Amino acid sequence: MSVTILKKSPSPGVPQGPDARLVADLNDFAGRLDQQQLWWASGYLAGLAASGAQAGKAQPAPAAEASPAPAWTIFYATETGNSRSIAEELLGQIQGLGVEARAVDLADFRPAQLKKETRALFVVATHGLGEPPDGTEAFFEFVLGDRGPTLDHLSYAVLALGDSSYEDYCETGRQLDARLEALGATRLADRVECDVDFEAPSEAWQQDMLARVEAERAEADAAPAGPAANGAAAPHLVPVGGRQYTRKDPFPATVLENQPITGRGSSKDVRHVVLSLEGSGLSYQPGDALGVWPTNPPQLVDQFLTLLELEADAEVRLDGESTTLGEALAHRLELTLLGRSFVQGYADRFDVAPLKALLDAEDRAPFNDYLADRQVIDVLADHPVALSAQDLTDTLKRLTPRLYSIASSLEANPDEVHVTIGVVRYTAFEREHFGSASNYLAAPGGTVPVYIAPNPRFRLPEDAAAPVIMIGAGTGVAPFRAFLEEREARGADGDNWLFFGDRNFHSDFLYQVEWARYRRDGLLTRHDVAFSRDQQDKVYVQDRIRERGVDVFDWLERGAHIYVCGDANHMAPDVHAALLDVIAQGLGRDCDAAEDYLRELKESNRYQRDVY
Amino acid sequence: MTRSADSDVSAVEVVKRSSDFLRGTIAQSLADPLTGSIPESDGTLTKFHGTYLQDDRDVRAERARQKLEPAYSFMIRARISGGVLSPQQWLLLDQLARDHAGGAIRATTRQTFQFHGVVKRDLKKTMQRINEMMLTTLAACGDVNRNVMCTPLAEISAVHAAALETADALSDRLLPQTGAYHEIWLDGERVTPVRDEEPVYGPTYLPRKFKIAVAIPPWNDVDVFAHDIGFIAIEREGGLAGFNVAAGGGMGATHGDPATYPRLGTVLGSCSVGQAVAVAEQIMCVQRDYGDRRERKHARLKYTVDDRGVDWFKGELTSRLGFELGPEMAYEFRHNGDRFGWQQDSAGAWHLTLFIPGGRIVDRPDRQLLTGLRELARVHKGEFRFTPNQNLIVAGVAGQDKPAVETLAQRYGLDAGASLEPFRRDAMACVALPTCGLAMAEAERYLPDFLGRLGELLERHGLRDEPLSVRITGCPNGCARPYVAEIALVGKAPGRYNLMLGGNRVGDRLNTLYRENLSETQILETLDGMLGRFAGRRQDGEGFGDFVARTELSGRAA
Ligand code: SRM
Ligand SMILES: Cc1cc2nc3c(=O)[nH]c(=O)nc-3n(C[C@H](O)[C@H](O)[C@H](O)COP(=O)(O)OP(=O)(O)OC[C@H]3O[C@@H](n4cnc5c(N)ncnc54)[C@H](O)[C@@H]3O)c2cc1C
Ligand SMILES: Cc1cc2nc3c(=O)[nH]c(=O)nc-3n(C[C@H](O)[C@H](O)[C@H](O)COP(=O)(O)O)c2cc1C
Ligand code: SF4
Repeated sequence: MSVTILKKSPSPGVPQGPDARLVADLNDFAGRLDQQQLWWASGYLAGLAASGAQAGKAQPAPAAEASPAPAWTIFYATETGNSRSIAEELLGQIQGLGVEARAVDLADFRPAQLKKETRALFVVATHGLGEPPDGTEAFFEFVLGDRGPTLDHLSYAVLALGDSSYEDYCETGRQLDARLEALGATRLADRVECDVDFEAPSEAWQQDMLARVEAERAEADAAPAGPAANGAAAPHLVPVGGRQYTRKDPFPATVLENQPITGRGSSKDVRHVVLSLEGSGLSYQPGDALGVWPTNPPQLVDQFLTLLELEADAEVRLDGESTTLGEALAHRLELTLLGRSFVQGYADRFDVAPLKALLDAEDRAPFNDYLADRQVIDVLADHPVALSAQDLTDTLKRLTPRLYSIASSLEANPDEVHVTIGVVRYTAFEREHFGSASNYLAAPGGTVPVYIAPNPRFRLPEDAAAPVIMIGAGTGVAPFRAFLEEREARGADGDNWLFFGDRNFHSDFLYQVEWARYRRDGLLTRHDVAFSRDQQDKVYVQDRIRERGVDVFDWLERGAHIYVCGDANHMAPDVHAALLDVIAQGLGRDCDAAEDYLRELKESNRYQRDVY
Repeated sequence: MTRSADSDVSAVEVVKRSSDFLRGTIAQSLADPLTGSIPESDGTLTKFHGTYLQDDRDVRAERARQKLEPAYSFMIRARISGGVLSPQQWLLLDQLARDHAGGAIRATTRQTFQFHGVVKRDLKKTMQRINEMMLTTLAACGDVNRNVMCTPLAEISAVHAAALETADALSDRLLPQTGAYHEIWLDGERVTPVRDEEPVYGPTYLPRKFKIAVAIPPWNDVDVFAHDIGFIAIEREGGLAGFNVAAGGGMGATHGDPATYPRLGTVLGSCSVGQAVAVAEQIMCVQRDYGDRRERKHARLKYTVDDRGVDWFKGELTSRLGFELGPEMAYEFRHNGDRFGWQQDSAGAWHLTLFIPGGRIVDRPDRQLLTGLRELARVHKGEFRFTPNQNLIVAGVAGQDKPAVETLAQRYGLDAGASLEPFRRDAMACVALPTCGLAMAEAERYLPDFLGRLGELLERHGLRDEPLSVRITGCPNGCARPYVAEIALVGKAPGRYNLMLGGNRVGDRLNTLYRENLSETQILETLDGMLGRFAGRRQDGEGFGDFVARTELSGRAA
C-alpha cells in the first residue's frame, strides 16, 4: 500500500511545520503501515502530543510489548476438495512462519462472524452453472445479499477455482472479490483465477500470500503494541440519541431473514426469524425473550368482517380517537386469545344466557374445556349477536404482544436477534384458525415492533465451568441455541447436554446442523433426541431422561444446572416427573427425598424453566 | 483425490487397511440417532457390503437453508450373478420396496437391482430381509469383483445354462470371505479368536472395483468389452466349447483429465470352460498386485494393461496360470441391446422381455409396473431375469401358461414397450440425479424428454424406425456404458452435456467426443444436420454410428 499522510510542503499558516526530511521519514514509516495501523499511529502520536511528551525522550514509552501479528483466516468453498487442499496447504505454510492462522470451510462458517475477521484469504471454487459449491450457499447469500455487513476492518485476497469450459468462469470467486471490496474491505492482491490445471497458478498465489504474511509479521514484530493493532472489537449496538425502546415504545426491527426450518413433509411450519437491532440500543442476554407486537393477519381480519357482515372502512372510536374498523382490527384489537374476562364481558353486555350459565357454573371444568381450543371468533360464531362496528370495537380486548424465547447470543450475532417461531394454523369448528403473531412473523418483509422481555430466572450459570443440562421440545429448544452460542463465544468450558424432542427426525430436527457442529467442536458434550412419530411407540424427551438416568444424576451431583423450555401443559410436568424418578433412583431413596432435592436445586437457581 | 497422511497410497487404501476386514465403525455409526448419515470412512466400507450413503440432491440446498442435514438415505445394491430371481424372491423384493424404498425397484445396467431412499434406521432391517430371501448384497459395490453378468437369453438353452454356471462359479470364487457382513447386518457372532482371512484378496482387497461379464454371441447385450474381464462364450455343436477372454475394458473417465479414458477390453486368447475361473482369478490377482493404489482415478485394470503393455500382461498371466491361453476363437456379435417381446428357446420354453423405462420399476398412472409384476410373480412358475440394459425378462414360461402371462402383462401395461420405436427401447440412462452424488447433470429423468425431441428429428428425416443406440449419463463415469453408443450425452453441468458420436450397435467400437458442454438446443441442432446428411447419404444398410464415423469423424482422433 502506498500512503501519503503529509504534503511535501506544509500549508501556509501551520505553525512550526515539519521539515522536508521529517516529512520523508514519516512518509516512509507510514508506507509500511496498513490502514488500521495508520489509525492507531495517528492516535498514538496525538496522545504523545497531548501529554506534551516526545516519543522515546522525556517520558518512558507507553508499555510497548511487541504487538502480535494479526491472525489469518483461510476460507475455502469447495465441492470436490481442490480448494480445501490448497487452503490446508497454505495453512501449514503460514503456520510454518509462526503466524497464527486457521482454515475454515465456508459451509461451516456463520456468516455474521465475518465482521470479526481482519485478514482473510479466500479459496473459492465455482460449481453448477456459475454457482457456489454445495453447502456454502448461505454464506454467499449473506455476503452478496442485502445483509452483507460493512467490512472496513478486513483485508483480503481471492483465489478463484474454475473451469474455463464453463460460461461463468470462476463466477463465485469473481462475485466475492467484487462484493468484498464494495463492502469496504481492502484487497491485498488482485484475484487470481485458476483453470482445471490449477496447481501452478495456485502455487504462485500461495507464495505471494506467504510473502505478504511474512512482511506483515516482520512489521508487527517491529511495531509497538497498540490498542487497535489486532482487529477491532465487533461493532456493538450503538444507541441513537439514547432512546430506550420498551414494550410501550417498541423498536421497529427490520426482518433480515424468515427461513422455514422444518423440512418437506413436516406436520409443522417452524421459522427461523432474524431481526436487526442495529441502531436500537437494545441488548439482551440468553434466556431473555423478545416481545413482538403483531399485526393481525388479513385472513383473520376478513373472517371477522365476513362473520359479522361489517365493512372495514366503517368509522369507529377507540381511545377517544376515530379510526376505521379495519385499522382497529388489524392493529389494536385482540382477535384470537380468549380469556375469561372477554367471555364475561360479551355475555354480560349482550346477555348471552348459555355463556352466562357456563361462566356461573360451580364446576369450572366445562368452561375451561370450552375455551381450550377456541379463539374469539369461535365464541362469536357459537353465540351470534347482531354487533355494530362500534359494538365489536368496544367488546374486543386490546391487542397484546407475544413473547418468543430469544434463540441467539448477541455476542455471536452482533446487532441481531433470532427467534424460532412455530406458526399456529389449525382447523377447528369447520374454520381455519390463524395465530396472530406467528402468522404475522411468517409473512415476509418489513419491520416488526419489538422489545426485550428480560428473564433473569432463565440464565446460564455464572460459573463458566458448571455443567448444563438443557431439555427442550419443539420450539422450546430456541433458548438453548442462544445458550450454546453464548458459551461458545465466551469460551465457557463447562459440559453441555441437550435433550431435544419433536415429531419426525427427517423434517423436525430443529437446527440439526448447528448441534452437529457443536458436537464436532466439542461444545455440546452430549445430545439425546426423541422423535415421537418415527416408530410405533411414541418416545419423548422424558423417556430419554429416564434411559440416561444414571448419567443425569451424576451430572447433577457434579453441580449441573437444568433448564427446561417448551410446552407447559404436557412436556414440563412429564419432564419434572422423570427428573424426580431419576433423582430418587440416584439417591436410592423415595419420591419425597427426590422432591426435596429438586426443590433445593430450584432454590439455588439450578433448576430453571421457561415454559409456555 | 484426497491425499492421505501416508502418501504412498490413497486415503481409501488406509481406510481399508485399518478397517479390520471391512468392519470399521459401521455398527456404531448405524446406531447414532443424531444423523441419518455415517462417517466417510464407514461409507467407504459399507460399499463393500453393498450399500451407499446418498442424499436427495433435489432438496440439498433447501435443507441447508433449513439448517437440516441433507436428506440422507441409503442405496442398496444386490449381487445376483446373471440376474436370475425366483418368483418367491420377487415377491419379497416387492414387499421390501414398498416397506422401505419408496415403492421402487431400480433395475441396473449390471443385471441386478437397487433400492434407493432407505433411511438409516431401516437399513439393517432391509439388509436382513434381503438375506432372508437368499440374496446377498456383499460385494455388490466396493473394491472387489462385482456382480458377474451373463447374457440372459440364448437360443440354445444349454449354452445359456452352461454360461450361467460359469458366471455363478466366478461370482462364488471371487466373493470376499470376511465375517464382517454377517456380524454387522445379520447379528452374527464374531468368531473368536479372530480368524479373518481373505485368501484371494488379502486385507486391502483390490485397488479398485472389478467387473466381469459373460457374453453369448451373437448377443453382446452385456457390452463384453466394457469390463475388466469379458468372457465370450463359444458355442460349438449346441454346447459351450469354451471362452475367448478379453481384459482391460472399462468406461469411466474424468472430464478434462486425459490420463483417464474409456477402453475396450483386449482379447488375450481363449480358455476352456473348466479354466475360466482360474483365468479370472489370476487376472484379478495381477491387478491386485500391480494396480495403482495411489491414484484411484488410475487404479482400474485398463490402466495397468496400458501402462505395462499387453505383452507383459499376458506373460505375467501365463506364469501365474502355468499354461498359455489358446488362440482366439471365431465369433460374431450382432447386437448389444435387448430383444423385446416373446422368444422361444431350443428347449421350447418361452421368455418375455419387458421394457422398463429408465429401469425404474414403479407404479405410474399409465403403467403399474410394480403392481403388475407382483401379480405376475404370484402365478409365474419360471424365473425373472434382469437384463444388462435395465430391463426384465419373464423367463421360462411353458406354452400353456403363456396366455395367463399375456393377460396380466396387458392389464398392467407391462409390455407397452413392445410397440415403441427401436431408438426408444434401446436407449439407456444412468440413475444420476437426485440420488447419485457424482452426477453433474440429469440422466434418467431427462431421458424421456430427450428421446421425445430426438423422435421429432428422426420423424422429420424419415428415420423413425431406424435402430439407434442412445445413452445418457450424468457424468463421465459411464454407468450406462455411453462410450460405445452411437449417440451419447455425457453430463458436464446442469443442462450441459458432452456429445459423443460414432459407436455402433454391437458394442465393439468406442465413440468420439464430438463437441463439449452443449445445451439441449445445441445438441439437437447438431444432430438435426447430421441426421439429415445421414438420411440422404448413408450407404446401403449403414447404421448412424458407422456413417458418422466414416464421414463426420474421419480425421479426428478417436
Ligand atoms: C446403478 C448403476 C447405473 C444404472 O443406471 O443402472 C450405477 C450407478 C452408480 N455408479 Fe456406476 N453404476 C452402474 C454401472 C456402471 C457401469 C456399467 C457396467 O459396469 O457395465 C460402469 C462403467 C464400467 C466401468 O466400471 O468402467 C460404471 C462406472 C462407475 C464409475 C467409474 C468407475 C471407473 O473406474 O472409472 C463410478 C465412480 C467411481 O467408482 O468412483 C461409478 C459409481 C456409481 C455410483 C455408485 C455413484 C457413487 O459412487 O457414488 C452410482 C449410484 C447412483 C445411484 O443413485 O443409484 N460407476 N457403473 C449401475 C449399477 C451396476 C450394478 O448393478 O452393479
Ligand atoms: C416466555 C415465552 C416464550 C415463548 N417462546 C416461544 C418460542 O420460542 N417459539 C414459539 O413459537 N412460541 C413461543 N411462545 C409462545 C408464543 O408467545 C405464542 O403464544 C405463540 O406463538 C402463539 O401466538 P400467536 O399470536 O401466533 O397465536 P394466537 O393468536 O395467540 O393464538 C393461539 C391461541 O389459539 C388457541 N388455540 C386453540 N387451539 C390451538 C391449537 N391447536 N394450537 C395452537 N393454538 C390453539 C389458544 O388459545 C392459543 O393461545 C412463548 C411464550 C412465552 C410465554
Ligand atoms: C458439476 C460441475 C460444475 C461446474 N461448473 C463450473 C462453472 O460454472 N464455472 C467454473 O468456472 N467452473 C465450474 N466447475 C469447475 C470447478 O470449479 C473446478 O473443478 C474446481 O477446481 C473445483 O474446485 P473444488 O474441488 O474446490 O470444488 C464445475 C465443476 C463441476 C464438477
Ligand atoms: S454415470 Fe455418473 S451420474 Fe450416472 S450414475 Fe454413474 S456416477 Fe452417477
